[in-house]
This record gives sequence, C-alpha cells and structure tokens, in this order.
Amino acid sequence: MMKKSHIVIGVIVALIIGVQSCERFEPKLPPEDSLLDGPMDGLNFAEMQRFLDGDQTFEEVFTIEKGLGPLFVANSCVSCHAGDGKGNPFSTVTRFGQIDATGNQFLHLGGPQLQNRAIPGYDPEVLPAGATYTRLTPPAVTGMGLLEFVPDAVLLSMADPEDRDGDGISGRVNWVNIPAFIRPRSESGSKDGKYIGRFGKKASVYDLLQQTVSAFSEDMGISTFYNPIDLFSGMPIDPEIATQKVNNVSFYLQTLKAPIPRNQNDPEVVRGKALFTQISCSSCHTPQLKTGNAPIKALAFQEFYPYTDLLLHDMGPELDDGYTEGSATTAEWRTPPLWGLGLAPDSQGGRYFLMHDGRANSIEQAIELHGGEASRVRQNYRSLSPGEKESLIKFLKSL
Amino acid sequence: MSRISFLILLLGLYAPSLLQAQIDSSLFKRVENKDSLKNTMNMDAVYNRPMLFAGRLPVSIGGYMEANWQHIGVDGVSEGHQFQFRRFTIFMASTISKRIKFMSELEFEDGTREISIEFAALDMEFDPLLNLRGGIILNPIGSFNQNHDGPKWEFTDRPISATQMLPATWSNAGFGLYGKRYSNDWMFGYEAYISGGFDNTIIDNEQGKTYLPATKSNADRFEESLTGHPLYSGKFAVRNNKIGELGLSYMGGVYNRYMDEGEQIDDKRKLNVFAVDFNTTIPRLNTFITGEWAWINIQVPENYIQKYGNRQYGGFVDIVQPIWRRSIFGWDNASINLACRLEYVDWNVGRVQETGDKIGEDLWSVVGGLSFRPNSLTILRLNYRHQRNRDFLANPPVLLGGFSFGISTYF
Repeated sequence: MMKKSHIVIGVIVALIIGVQSCERFEPKLPPEDSLLDGPMDGLNFAEMQRFLDGDQTFEEVFTIEKGLGPLFVANSCVSCHAGDGKGNPFSTVTRFGQIDATGNQFLHLGGPQLQNRAIPGYDPEVLPAGATYTRLTPPAVTGMGLLEFVPDAVLLSMADPEDRDGDGISGRVNWVNIPAFIRPRSESGSKDGKYIGRFGKKASVYDLLQQTVSAFSEDMGISTFYNPIDLFSGMPIDPEIATQKVNNVSFYLQTLKAPIPRNQNDPEVVRGKALFTQISCSSCHTPQLKTGNAPIKALAFQEFYPYTDLLLHDMGPELDDGYTEGSATTAEWRTPPLWGLGLAPDSQGGRYFLMHDGRANSIEQAIELHGGEASRVRQNYRSLSPGEKESLIKFLKSL
Repeated sequence: MSRISFLILLLGLYAPSLLQAQIDSSLFKRVENKDSLKNTMNMDAVYNRPMLFAGRLPVSIGGYMEANWQHIGVDGVSEGHQFQFRRFTIFMASTISKRIKFMSELEFEDGTREISIEFAALDMEFDPLLNLRGGIILNPIGSFNQNHDGPKWEFTDRPISATQMLPATWSNAGFGLYGKRYSNDWMFGYEAYISGGFDNTIIDNEQGKTYLPATKSNADRFEESLTGHPLYSGKFAVRNNKIGELGLSYMGGVYNRYMDEGEQIDDKRKLNVFAVDFNTTIPRLNTFITGEWAWINIQVPENYIQKYGNRQYGGFVDIVQPIWRRSIFGWDNASINLACRLEYVDWNVGRVQETGDKIGEDLWSVVGGLSFRPNSLTILRLNYRHQRNRDFLANPPVLLGGFSFGISTYF
C-alpha cells in the first residue's frame, strides 16, 4: 500500500507540473499566414493600444440603446467583415440612385444606400421605383492602411485613361467630392475641388476615416460627431458614439496587417505566378505598390503586394449594374486587391462569393466574368491548358 | 441602496448567529435533509439543502461557496492564470408555523459584482398536492434552474445550455401552485407559476444573438413587468426510484413592450420554451446520469437582422462515475469520481436567407472531470474543457480549451 506521504508528495508534484504546463493542453494558435486579423509590425505601445481599442469597437455589437438604427444593414462591423475578411451575401449592401457623374438623384428617397433592416416597430427602406442599383459584398479590410498611403502620384502614373500604350487596358482615377470633415493628405492633389478616391468598389471613398464614418451611418444607423444626421428622420441629432471610438476604428483599419502569402515556394505556385504576369492579369492587379510618407511610422515607405492598381476599369456589360458613384461610369469598377483571396472562404461561410456582389462562387467563375478592358486577358486565360489554369488558381489561392 | 450599506444590513441580520458561533460552535446544529435522496425530485432542490440552526433562533441558515482557478486558451491566446470567486450564496429558511415556510437564497457573484435574491418565497401547504408559493420564485424550466447549487455538481462551470441559452438562474416575482404525491416507488410532482418575465433585450443585446439571459440585467424587473403580461411556467415530473426521474417543462408568454401610455407601439411577440430533463443512477455501477434539453421558439420581427434567431435548442448530459469510496485522509465515506459533460447549443436554428446555407452560431463542448468529495457537502474538482464555437456564417470554429480547478462547499 502506498504511504500517505507518497500520495501527498505525488499530488503536489503533479500540481506543480500541471500548473506550469497547462498551456500545452490548450488550442494552438493557427498559423499566422492563415489569419487576416492582427496588427502590422512596427507599432509602438501607444499605437498598439489604439489598435486594440479599435479592435474592440470593431467587434462591438450595437444595440438600440447604443444607437443602432432605426434603419440599418448590420449591427456590428465584424458581422460584415468576419475575421476582417470578405463578407457574405448575408451582409451585402444595396446602393442605388446614381447613373452618371451628375450625382445621385435619389438622395431624397434614402439614397445612396438601402437600409434593408429595421429595429422592432419600424419598417425598413424599400427600393424607390425607377432607381437603378447594385449589390456590394463587403471587402476584406486587411492592409488598407498601406493602400491609403500610396501617393496619388503613383496612381496617376499607372492610369492610362486614353489607352495610349494600346494594350486595351485604360484605368483611371475616380475624382470625388470629399466630406468637410476630411483633411486631405498633404500629397493629395485636387481637380475642380475633387480628390482621388481609392476605397469602395467604385473608388468613391477618399480615406479610411470617411469609410468608417460612412459605415457607422449608413450600415448601422449610428450618428457620429463627423456626420451627426439621423438617417431615418434626416434631422441633426447628437452623436451616438464617442468620437474617439470612431477614430480608433479608423486607426484599427489603417494598422491591420497585410495578408501573408502562403506556399510561395511551391513549384505550382511559382508557375502560376509567372502565368499571372504572362497573361496580363498584372496589368490591373498590380502586384507591388509602395507607400509614401505616413503619420504612422510603420506605414511609411513600405513596399507591399496587394495586386491592385486602385484604378477604375471598364469591366463590360456583364458587370454593368447601371449604378455608379463619383465620376465612374456604371461599367467601371475599381480593381479589387487580390491579397487574402485564398482565405476568403474562411470568412464567407466556407465557400467563395467573389466579384462586387458575390455572384461568382469560384475563382474560375470570377475570371470568366471579366469583360470590357479585361476581355483580352480573359481570352488569354481561356487559352491556357488545364494544368496551367490549375497552377494559376493555386497561385491566386496562395495570396 | 449602496452595496456597502446593503452588506452592513445583511451583517446586522446575521449578527446574532455569528456571535453565537464565536462563542460556541456546538450551539449550531446541522439540519440534514429529512427526505432520503430517493424521495426527492428536482423540484425539491430549493429545500433539499443542508441548514444550520442555533438554539431557539427561528431561522435556520446555510449556503455555499464556489472558487476556481482556471487557465483557458482561445485559438492559442490565453489570459493565463485566473482566480475567481464565483459565488457566495446564503440561504435563510424559517418554518413560520405548521405547513407555512419561508426560504430565501441570496447570492453574491464574482465577489460583490452581482448581488441578487435568487429565491425568496413563502410556501403554504394546504395539501401535499396543493401548495401555494409566492415571492421570488425560480421558474421551473429544465432541471438545472432549480437545482443549481455548486457543491452538487462535478464541474467548475455551469452548463452553457442551462445558463446562456436558458437563463439559469432565472427567477422572477410571482405566484403559483405546486404539489407532489408518492405511491410506492413512484412519485410525481407538478409546478405552475405566473410571474414577471422577459423583455426586448433578448433580441437586442451585446451578445448579438437571441439571448434569454439578457433580461437578467434589467434591475427593475422585480418591480415592473414591461409587457404587462405574465410569464407562464410549469413543470410535470415523474420519478421511479428504480428507474429515474423525467421532467417536462414549459415557459412562455409575451416578451416585448408593445403598449406605452395606452397606445400600441409595436406588435405583440411571444416566446415559448420547452424542456425535458432526466436523471438516473445505473444500479450496481452507481453511474449517475443527468441532463436536460430545451427548445426555444421566439417571434422575431421579420425585417430585423437574422442574427437574432427565432429558434434555439441545446442541452447537456453529465455522467458521473464513482471510482473510489472509502476513508481517505481520515474522511469517512469520501469519494473520488470521474465525470464527463457533453454540451451542445444551436443559438440560431435555420438557414441564411440570402444564401440558403445552414446558419452556424453553435457550440459543442466536452468537459472531463475528476472530483474528490471528502463528504457529501464539499467537493474539489479538476476539469478539462474542449469547446468549439462557430459564428453565424459557419466559418472555421473558434477553439477553446483548458484546465480549471475549483472548490465548492455547503456551509
């Protein structure tokens, strides 16, 4: 029979070992390159605090007491951007009422965004008769700070609105009016009082603060210091959220890390990467960009790989929904970044919902929907062998 | 009343018994339950508790406490060592006269962060089959809500389905009837109450999902019922001493405020909760099995966000196997038990309207446990939890896991 003292010693030793090693029995951190959320490298203590505060607000569920609605689309940021990734048709927004650069003709009827949900006791908006519209699936929000600080001059240098190089691909910037609360970056030039937009499917949003304020207002029905208007009544009201929280969310979006590519040494991925350039996908999905000066040190003068030129391209009648923003035409769409493409199913419910409205359920389908300026590139893709197509897709999934 | 003054008042109420205890603890007499375990049902849990009384003091007192250490990680991120004082609960009971009793349960959770009267009811027995109960009552939904004392369970955490899907511990001001009848090995009991109930926060809360416990944060709910309608709750249970106990329960009613100043401001919306619970002990092995399963249906406005679902279901089952019962370290009749809890909750049953895909928003969990009971009132328990949570869109699950160790005892 074991002596009592042996049992006591055994229990104490087991406890010490157990307490010291218990972390080993907990779920492991998923590989860093499989996650979209997380801060970029190089943030200092104060910046990291703001990032964490912004993260908290990004995940906060807004209730009626906190200002949600009465009309809204979503009740939290994260409900549209799960894991900071692409959204699903569940959180698709409908925008309506503008067909050309003359502006939105349906602002008095609730445009430009349809609030298709309402808190109990209220009725949601319905599309006004005669309004053209498009549905937009929420984009991934990672690496957006890097995109924000690419100098305007770089975008203008990539633009070729008259297609002077004759490659069939033009690309132009979207000159947009910006709200009064936006302070333009020092490097930003203006034309007729308009600035270059770079966020949103139509590149109609100037920067991440504008995007954040717009999301609080139009997606959640929450008035801010920057835009203290109640969407339901159209009347000015008190801000329903602290300005610091709005700023922190904007900061969070600026400092989210860029997606980390995976399997870059896989021979098939290497082959696919070469094909990507060979068939001219890279003419619009520009692999590499570089930031200029930025108020956040970690964002300044950084080379990164978003696979976008942030320019508008005519994608042909197949993707022309008859709705636009800023000076874009209805068939023009901003080149979406391809980084993080392979991780999209992890935030879209296990499958792909690609293109502006999620109509493509695979990368192959998405490529096939490229018309207009991209017709020739689509033809190049069609002429690839099945093996080459497979390599190309594998490369795109590695991003 | 501030918490401090409340504590002082409470201390004042208990002072006589405390003083006596300091003089001579032998003046206290422990009141064991008169009913044998075989003659009790879940509905008896509020009285089936060890109590102390001192001298001729007309009030007997008791209570229990729960304290934990845990080290839990979520997808590789751990908050490290956490030490928690989960609950300190005080019972006070009094037999006012023949067949008229009063029982109360006052709970301090997480230190003094939450102080609540979980139960405070007067019981009048007209007949064993006809008792009137009034005060703050525990609504008889499932089994855990009424039978929730920490020392009774082999796990540091309460069942998720019982505390987050069903809102245990869920009590309201109300009245009702209950009764019980024995016949050889058979026993049946019923409870039926009308009480205050839920409010709109069950579909408008920071959880971002239909969440019945949200109502508990309404501090005014013991004073004002926002709906103006009663919450109906009732249970029928049958027990055979050789087989086990089976309970069927219901809770439902209008949950939203739809009238204000005499004007209808919204549609009237209802919720219905059905639950089945059971427990049994397998002969010879002495394996104890207990569990409950509940279904919730809620009317949610059609144009509201689908994240607030109109159907939920879930439950748990605990399996406890005594593996050693003998004198251990001088405690006679001590026991060591192995235990396992399986839990599942689907917070939002249905399909995403826009895609037709099945909604995720669910969790399942397995908890293994090893417990040591030096006596029937005290437990030391070591648990390991593995849990998976999926979001609304059924994206890859968040994994949670880790160890916890806890002590809990009646006093």
